[in-house]
Amino acid sequence: MKKLLILGAGTAGTIMVNKLAPVLDKREWQITLVDQDEIHYYQPGFLFIPFGIYTRQDVIKPKRDFFPPGVEVIISPIELIEPDRNRVKLQNGKVLNYDILIIATGSHIHPEETEGLLDGGWRQNIFDFYTVDGACALAQHLKYWEGGKLVMNVVEMPIKCPVAPLEFVFLADWWFTEQGIRDKVEIEYVTPLPGAFTKPIASKYLGNFLEKKNIRLVAEFNTGRVDSTRNKLISWDGREVDYDLLVIVPTIMGADVIGRSGMGDDLNFIPTDPHTLQSKQWENIFVIGDATDVPTSKAGSVAHFESEILFENILRYIDGRPLLPDFDGHANCFIESGFGKGLLIDFNYTVEPLPGKFPLPGIGPYSLLEETRMNHWGKMMFRWMYWNLLLKGAELPIEAQMNMAGKRR
Amino acid sequence: MATKTIAGKSIEVDAEGFLLNPDDWNEAIAEALAREEGIELTEEHWKVIRFMRQDFKERGQIPTIRRIKNAGGIPVQDLYRLFPDGPAKKAAKIAGLGKPQGCV
Repeated sequence: MKKLLILGAGTAGTIMVNKLAPVLDKREWQITLVDQDEIHYYQPGFLFIPFGIYTRQDVIKPKRDFFPPGVEVIISPIELIEPDRNRVKLQNGKVLNYDILIIATGSHIHPEETEGLLDGGWRQNIFDFYTVDGACALAQHLKYWEGGKLVMNVVEMPIKCPVAPLEFVFLADWWFTEQGIRDKVEIEYVTPLPGAFTKPIASKYLGNFLEKKNIRLVAEFNTGRVDSTRNKLISWDGREVDYDLLVIVPTIMGADVIGRSGMGDDLNFIPTDPHTLQSKQWENIFVIGDATDVPTSKAGSVAHFESEILFENILRYIDGRPLLPDFDGHANCFIESGFGKGLLIDFNYTVEPLPGKFPLPGIGPYSLLEETRMNHWGKMMFRWMYWNLLLKGAELPIEAQMNMAGKRR
Repeated sequence: MATKTIAGKSIEVDAEGFLLNPDDWNEAIAEALAREEGIELTEEHWKVIRFMRQDFKERGQIPTIRRIKNAGGIPVQDLYRLFPDGPAKKAAKIAGLGKPQGCV
């Protein structure tokens, strides 16, 4: 019996197991899935929790609801991956051998990487919203906050979902307006990037939005430390930003086990072929989702597009055929912009986000890089699609590879 | 792609002046590139540059600030002091490596 082992049952790992389990011959292949957590988090929903739009219950479901029959599931932290011996040690003492390994161990925040961030202010007037606990604590704080200076800071790139902090300030502008205290709140967006976003055309569009919404942009600010006694962010080159309320995206890194196993770069992301998704070092190891070092966004849409290519490539690898270099870095992100509207961006390794219509060229119903009500509804409906279609590996009406039709330069 | 005469040698560079071929680099070129950035190279600078060249040779990737800190043992604060306004890009440029990959 041959063994296919999947590490991580988040978005990417769950999609992969649902695609592979029905097609691999059960007389030949045993599929095993390992994760340390029994709960599946709908991470795109975390953004809405601070504003009371979603609660914790809206973004969690038991992982077991999404596993196909016939798959061995083990709930345990992973101790070590030994790629040269084709085996994985779990913290519960079990040792798993594999013929093919798929790594989908994701990425996580590391506030301890920034000096002073976990001192007195953490979860008092400093919050993250990349964990469900952080998002809920922030919701509780905002409920009674009477105003002051809100700073949204991105410590360093790359981060998971690079549009989320922008969405946060757009929603904050809307929410404080609704609460009737927008005139008592100053909002500042402090980023290491030279502008609002990573790619130039979208950066210009989104930069205009910040201006329109009276949100101040502080660019090229590389956070060195946080002084929570004086409520200041201090950059490596000595610039200071004051805050009353700091919402922060801390350093984001791949799983600790990747570092322990000596398989990652300095942020524990695994060197991965950007087109085939095979590990650059081990031919029977494949990597998907946030765990890779490929130069595109760390986002669920990317994991989904990658899964279609990786599925083909796993089957080709089993059959001894050459892998298809078909992943193009495709990412697709709704950007909630407040007041019941949203934007949408669609891009890949080589084509930056452009204006246009999506997915049907000229028709839509969604508009690219343009603020519409339809885009907002697309984002809100997506949660249903995520739980009911995406995680189960079903086909969605969006191609894995980016399409130029419908886009304008 | 343009060619540029640096320290008496004709060298291929990109639009922003990053060397296209790291093998064209020598120490005189580093001195000249540093002067263009307004930096006078000291032994502290050379420690960073030598680490970056060595690491690039071994791994084929331009080291990030975190890599220079972790593997090269140089504190981030020092990098910002030695190569002000974007040490990752500036140090890579002076070390004759290409432009570090942008973020996404």
